[in-house]
Amino acid sequence: MKKIRLIIQREYLSRVKKKSFIIMTLLGPVLMASIWIVPFFLATMSDEKKVIAVVDETGIFTDKFESTDKVFFVYETDLEKAREDLEKEKYSAILSVIKPSYTIPDKAILLYSDKSPGIVTQSYISNAMQTILKNNLLISAHNISKDDYDLINRTSIKLNTEDIRTGEKSYTKIKTYLGIFSGILIYFFIFMFGAQVMRGVIEEKTSRIVEVIVSSVKPFQLMMGKIVGVALVGLTQFALWILLTLSIITTLQFSMPDVFKSPKTEQAFDAGQKIPSADQVQLQKLQHQEVREMISGLFSIDYGLMICMFLFYFLAGYLLYASLFASIGAAVDSEADTQQFMMPITIPLLFAIIMSNFVINNPDGPVAFWLSVIPFTSPIIMMVRIPFGVPYWQLALSMGLLTLGFIATTWMAGKIYRTGILMYGKKTSYAELWKWLRYQ
Amino acid sequence: MYLFSAHNITKNYAAHTALKNVSIDVPDQSIFGLLGPNGAGKTSLIRIINQITAPDEGELYFAGEKLRQEHISLIGYLPEERGLYKKMKVGEQALYLAQLKGVSKADALKKLKFWFEKFDILDWWNKKVEELSKGMQQKIQFIVTILHDPKLLIFDEPFSGFDPINVNLLKEEILNLRNKGATIIFSTHNMSSVEELCDNIALINKSEKILDGKVHEIKNTYKANIFEITYHGHSAIIKNTLPQSFELISDIQKNGISLLQIKIPISATPNDLIQNLLPQIEILSFNEILPTMNDIFIQKVNEQNR
Repeated sequence: MKKIRLIIQREYLSRVKKKSFIIMTLLGPVLMASIWIVPFFLATMSDEKKVIAVVDETGIFTDKFESTDKVFFVYETDLEKAREDLEKEKYSAILSVIKPSYTIPDKAILLYSDKSPGIVTQSYISNAMQTILKNNLLISAHNISKDDYDLINRTSIKLNTEDIRTGEKSYTKIKTYLGIFSGILIYFFIFMFGAQVMRGVIEEKTSRIVEVIVSSVKPFQLMMGKIVGVALVGLTQFALWILLTLSIITTLQFSMPDVFKSPKTEQAFDAGQKIPSADQVQLQKLQHQEVREMISGLFSIDYGLMICMFLFYFLAGYLLYASLFASIGAAVDSEADTQQFMMPITIPLLFAIIMSNFVINNPDGPVAFWLSVIPFTSPIIMMVRIPFGVPYWQLALSMGLLTLGFIATTWMAGKIYRTGILMYGKKTSYAELWKWLRYQ
Repeated sequence: MYLFSAHNITKNYAAHTALKNVSIDVPDQSIFGLLGPNGAGKTSLIRIINQITAPDEGELYFAGEKLRQEHISLIGYLPEERGLYKKMKVGEQALYLAQLKGVSKADALKKLKFWFEKFDILDWWNKKVEELSKGMQQKIQFIVTILHDPKLLIFDEPFSGFDPINVNLLKEEILNLRNKGATIIFSTHNMSSVEELCDNIALINKSEKILDGKVHEIKNTYKANIFEITYHGHSAIIKNTLPQSFELISDIQKNGISLLQIKIPISATPNDLIQNLLPQIEILSFNEILPTMNDIFIQKVNEQNR
């Protein structure tokens, strides 16, 4: 036991002290924090204010547009003068409405601009025009009051999904992202740290130190020491990532409180006394709905469960594959020779990543169930499923099978490893590996 | 008293037999040479002694007890395929390897300081291994091998990669270790060092032991009763006066010295030869020619291969 501890210690320290580890540890949180922060910035990021000159021959739209903090309307009568001003960059665009206006739709309404105006601006203008036209029609032709009109206009429907057990909104979209994200993260972690184990074994073999060491400890101890050491490196990295990410987010939240409004205040604003006009509602819907959904989604996730499950599936999945990586390292003489043996490892992992798209669409279906229970794909697929909620018995089954799985692969890999590390200069084949497996 | 014994060891790999019924006995406080051509099975036997692999059949004894896992800390092994972690610092690495053998950290540190001072390499302590030459690395490996004061030391081709000066240094250390009570198993192709160092040998060829025993006894067994004589006088007379059963092998003049080699029959003694020669020539020196280990090695291996 003391010897294994020594090996773990060496494997751990020699990796943690490397420059590449330190760089990865610092870069990771920046990436992860940005995933969290970008939606907030998107929500508040305002484009520069756009000034639109309206040249309306019909008079229907004159003085009817409501300016917001993003789009400001100016009314002109002369198109030529407006064009000149546009060139002087006084306006961002000119909206020209030619008489007779809405009876001849094609080319009757034109938006001139230098740079093509943003899609949000465009849809805002066309929405506003539609509203004004409708307004005009309803009020003048059908005699409906402005209040009634506003009422009609706000009868939009939004489909809210809610989890029947927790009574929370289900935020399918954000869960999809989160599921896929954690699945991919597991995939990367398994490959990254598995490859580290493999490289470590190859290093010991090519530097010929391995025979010195196995005269002091058993080959299996050396292999396990390396695998556990690298796992601890992975956990350290993961813990540092979480810590640093959280500190980046909290620092930013502290220094820029405006940006990180929690969705509750946003909703309060929504339902507040100030009833926004139909146009503003429209604009807000266009710009904010998705982002706001995402933010409240981010707040709705059970991070504790996610992190616990992530740790388990990372560790167990890593253990399942790491010993296989180790046995590949033992079977070859250099990293260039690993290709032929990498296939059986790459295929199930890649398959899981590809299938995760399918699983997302039907997270409780039979495919999702089987793939999240079979040890070789379960670390990835189960992580994809977890944000959507998985019955406890399935979780238990999956975790149990994965544990059995890594015990089995470790036992098998240990046998290949034991023989492989002392074999030099011979090109190994699958038949050879099979023989090694059966040695006493 | 034997420090280490292996009885009837057999080891099979899938396609071939690495060792067939091999037995060796290594006397306490001696240097034991394990000889044999490449691929004979020496390394297989050494790995079995180190418990890196297990034999299919046969028994191993260490100081009279059955060989157990705990004996590992009493054995020091310098393999033929040896190396160090390239990116690790010398001192750190030596400390690590010593601790793996079960030496406490404080103890290892003290002993390492002693040996580094003795070999005058203290300033390497904080260097990375990749900065050292191959010979320098070998010195570190040697130190690490003997640091835990093993009772049994196993050197597999220890001199490969050393320059002559360091080979001498190493030979001295090996003899020192033996004199201080260690037992050494020594595997090599270098026959001159075998004659110089070994008390006993075992010769393995094609997975089987074909010869073993004390070095001087083996040499005596394989001697051809040839004597070398330097002399003054005329050799023509000798040819005529020698009895039929005495065979004149060579008679050369070299650098003003006349050199004669004569093989005598088993029934005769060296004195008979001298008596025969005395009246004819003036004898300057008289030596028996013993076969070198090299000759015996080649002769035995060829015999078996035939």
